[in-house]
Amino acid sequence: MHLAHYVGLLHRAQVNLADAFRQVGAAHGDEPDIRLLCAQQAEVSDSHAERLRPFVERYAAQAPDEPDRLHSELFRGTRTGGIGLLRDLQDLYLMAAECDVCWTVVGQAAQGARDRELLAAVQDCERETATQLSWLRTRMRQAAPQALVVAG
Amino acid sequence: MADLRETPDRVEEPWGQRTPYGPGERWPVRVDVHLADGLAESDVDRWVQSASILHSNGDAMDIAVKDGRIAGVRGRAVDRVNRGRLDPKDLYGWQANNSPDRLTRPLVRRGGRLVETDWDTAMGAVVARSRELLDGPGGWGRFGFYTSGQLFLEEYYTLAVIGKAGLGTPHMDGNTRLCTATSAAALKASFGTDGQPGSYTDVDHCDAVALWGHNVAATQSVLWTRMLDRRRGPNPPAMLAVDPRTTPVAREADVHLAPRGGTNLALMNGLLHLIIHNGWYDERWVAAHTVGFDELARVVDGYPPRRVARICDLEAADLERAAELLGRSERLLSTVLQGFYQSNQATAAACQVNNLHLLRRMLGRPGAGLYQMNGQPTAQNTRETGADGDLPGMRNWDNPAHVRELAALWNVDEMTIPHWSPPTHAMQIWRYAEQGSVKLLWVSATNPAVSLPDLARVRRILAKDDLFVVVQDLFRTETAELADVVLPAATWGEKTGTFTNADRTVHLSEKAVDPPGEARADLDIFLDYARRMDLRDRDGRPLIRWRDAEGAFEAWKECSAGRPCDYTGLTYDKLRGGSGVQWPCTPDAPEGTERLYTDGVFHTDPDYCETYGQDLATGAEHTAEQYRARQPAGRAFLHAADYRPSPEVPDEEYPLLLTTGRSLYQFHTRTKTGRAPELNAAAPEPWAEIHPEDAGPAGIADGDLVEVASRRGAVRVRAVVGGIRRGTVFIPFHYGYFDVDPAKRVPAGPTS
Ligand code: SF4
Repeated sequence: MHLAHYVGLLHRAQVNLADAFRQVGAAHGDEPDIRLLCAQQAEVSDSHAERLRPFVERYAAQAPDEPDRLHSELFRGTRTGGIGLLRDLQDLYLMAAECDVCWTVVGQAAQGARDRELLAAVQDCERETATQLSWLRTRMRQAAPQALVVAG
Repeated sequence: MADLRETPDRVEEPWGQRTPYGPGERWPVRVDVHLADGLAESDVDRWVQSASILHSNGDAMDIAVKDGRIAGVRGRAVDRVNRGRLDPKDLYGWQANNSPDRLTRPLVRRGGRLVETDWDTAMGAVVARSRELLDGPGGWGRFGFYTSGQLFLEEYYTLAVIGKAGLGTPHMDGNTRLCTATSAAALKASFGTDGQPGSYTDVDHCDAVALWGHNVAATQSVLWTRMLDRRRGPNPPAMLAVDPRTTPVAREADVHLAPRGGTNLALMNGLLHLIIHNGWYDERWVAAHTVGFDELARVVDGYPPRRVARICDLEAADLERAAELLGRSERLLSTVLQGFYQSNQATAAACQVNNLHLLRRMLGRPGAGLYQMNGQPTAQNTRETGADGDLPGMRNWDNPAHVRELAALWNVDEMTIPHWSPPTHAMQIWRYAEQGSVKLLWVSATNPAVSLPDLARVRRILAKDDLFVVVQDLFRTETAELADVVLPAATWGEKTGTFTNADRTVHLSEKAVDPPGEARADLDIFLDYARRMDLRDRDGRPLIRWRDAEGAFEAWKECSAGRPCDYTGLTYDKLRGGSGVQWPCTPDAPEGTERLYTDGVFHTDPDYCETYGQDLATGAEHTAEQYRARQPAGRAFLHAADYRPSPEVPDEEYPLLLTTGRSLYQFHTRTKTGRAPELNAAAPEPWAEIHPEDAGPAGIADGDLVEVASRRGAVRVRAVVGGIRRGTVFIPFHYGYFDVDPAKRVPAGPTS
């Protein structure tokens, strides 16, 4: 059963997302809202990783070797300025979207494995991931016209 | 009972004499008068109708004119809001109009200094820079307007049309963001649109009053007088105060909760927990008229009294007493202000007060009232007219039909009207100016170099070489000192217009005297700008087709038609002579509307609502589809949210929590109140209130000069030991000129 790999993949994606939120928050701390909201969302991602941990362990025993090239690297550091903020938010968006899809996949697997506990975790975290996505989208919508048409 | 007349010393006796009355009775008249030394009422040449512009209560008054100058004020006995009473700020504040240091001519910066000039030169400079900026790609994005809660409706509407239909900028906001933005957000979130549900007459009928972070005795003292008069009469209402300080309100209250700063949401969740668990809610009404009960019940279930007592640092028993007071009342009145608004999780906490009223069906009937207050006198009008970024007439920026309506009304291309995302909030406008994409910042009737957080940064931005700063004000404020062009403005008493208070009462304020020197009404300045900019509609006609205040009012009425804040039944003539009128006022409701939502139908229809909502924790906007999917159909929203600690909590390095607020005698950076001798003398200096158990170990005694420091700055003030919960320090906000040598402070200098 490969579920352990996907749960592990998602766990890693959540840890990376939390880290990326922190980096973006620090890099754009002069924006009125970014530092605090990124810190808040980093905590949300931390808590997701935390909730997954027992399931990584639960399924590890039944896992065959990990297939190749499962993990992807989406974030390579922050940028500066208005357009930099936009790109950084977009990176976060892609990373959160990756998590979102993984939750869907893991949720399906939880159904197959008849794992109610895992399913409950998926449902809570999926909801919070959706909020992360819509916040990032809202924030990018606000920033885009000024960054792309006015600044510079 | 004979009507009382008072010419009191309102520093000694801030709320004046009691006129007790019972439930359902009419609040007795008490006419407060204050005239220049030696003047009697019979000496006055003329009395000119107006209302207060020094707080949001909307107290109606007449301005005394003697020899062409303002010489005093008298409360208007006929008015529904104050029945003749006046706040100390109003009794004495008018003297600022006559200050010798009023701006009388425009100023422009030459060689680093502000020098006097004529209007042509000053406006020429503003228009030349504006044209240059507007003509480039994305020119709209180079303009920022930072306005006030102290202009008149007509001025805001004109400014909104210039900004939204002329220049097309979303960067309009103002100092109302510091307070009333929370009130607006909470009202929209719960009820679908902005607009206070209650009426001040609810004080006459209620059997319980709850003051949520609202030191009403200092901020709207006449409303407090009304509450005190009920408390001294037969069958007085019970009273609950939530405030970390032992204010006069807290001392009067039957139950005082002084929660740890930043924990209001946990407190509210705890109270709602008890309300639901004790069955003190109207189950059938809630099912029929609200959405979201199950989620709210689930969330507040996690806030039993013991947990809440721990988070808030309160006694569980006090929490239970408070819940009982709220839960057993039959006609509950709530008022909310800065203690909730300028705090952690502000909108979510304010929404819980709305929830309390929805759960208990405490809306839309006498005594069952709710005020999500404003601090500023005309803050309501910035929201209605769209001078703060909202779309005029409480329209929804995300609803294409609403944008189309405005485009048709103004005869401009829809694309001009900025509606692609939520409007830019004040702090973001300042950030764009800091980064250099906003290049012209126009500040009217406010003093951000004193009132905003992180002042060093704000002043740095104002001083930037590549930012063209226009300041329109009465005095050379701290902000004006940093401007490129200063436009001398007329103020209250020197111009005509209307404004709307926190219970939707519209008052007319007439011109009593001419402004000093060449100072001009704010409206005239905006009209002049529109004309010189040659702003035109789609057919080449002037965009702004009105020339005076009444014309602007008529244009606004057209814009407000069919919206919650419908003014179509009002005229200047109707407002003249009598008392204020509450909107909506239409041909069908010609005397105005006392309470909203009397039928339990809310403004949440997707085609009518002002917002599709947002996530309370992040501000993520919900889409129209998400909103429609909830099928509100006129039902109000019960919003649930979990408490999260403030991002900054006390630690070893900074062990105390700082909170701020207003004193009874000062208003908005003291530009005016600091120039009224009695008000200045009553509170000349800021101070710091500190609990004895915090003061003792730090070696601080009452009256000591102490330094209060945070991660962002420090201030040296006198200590007042006592009057506040442990672990918390209070300093009154907005002391202008605090960083100047006392001998050189402008407002505190001799005033005549
Ligand atoms: S003084 Fe009060 S009312 Fe005015 S902006 Fe500040 S907080 Fe709001």
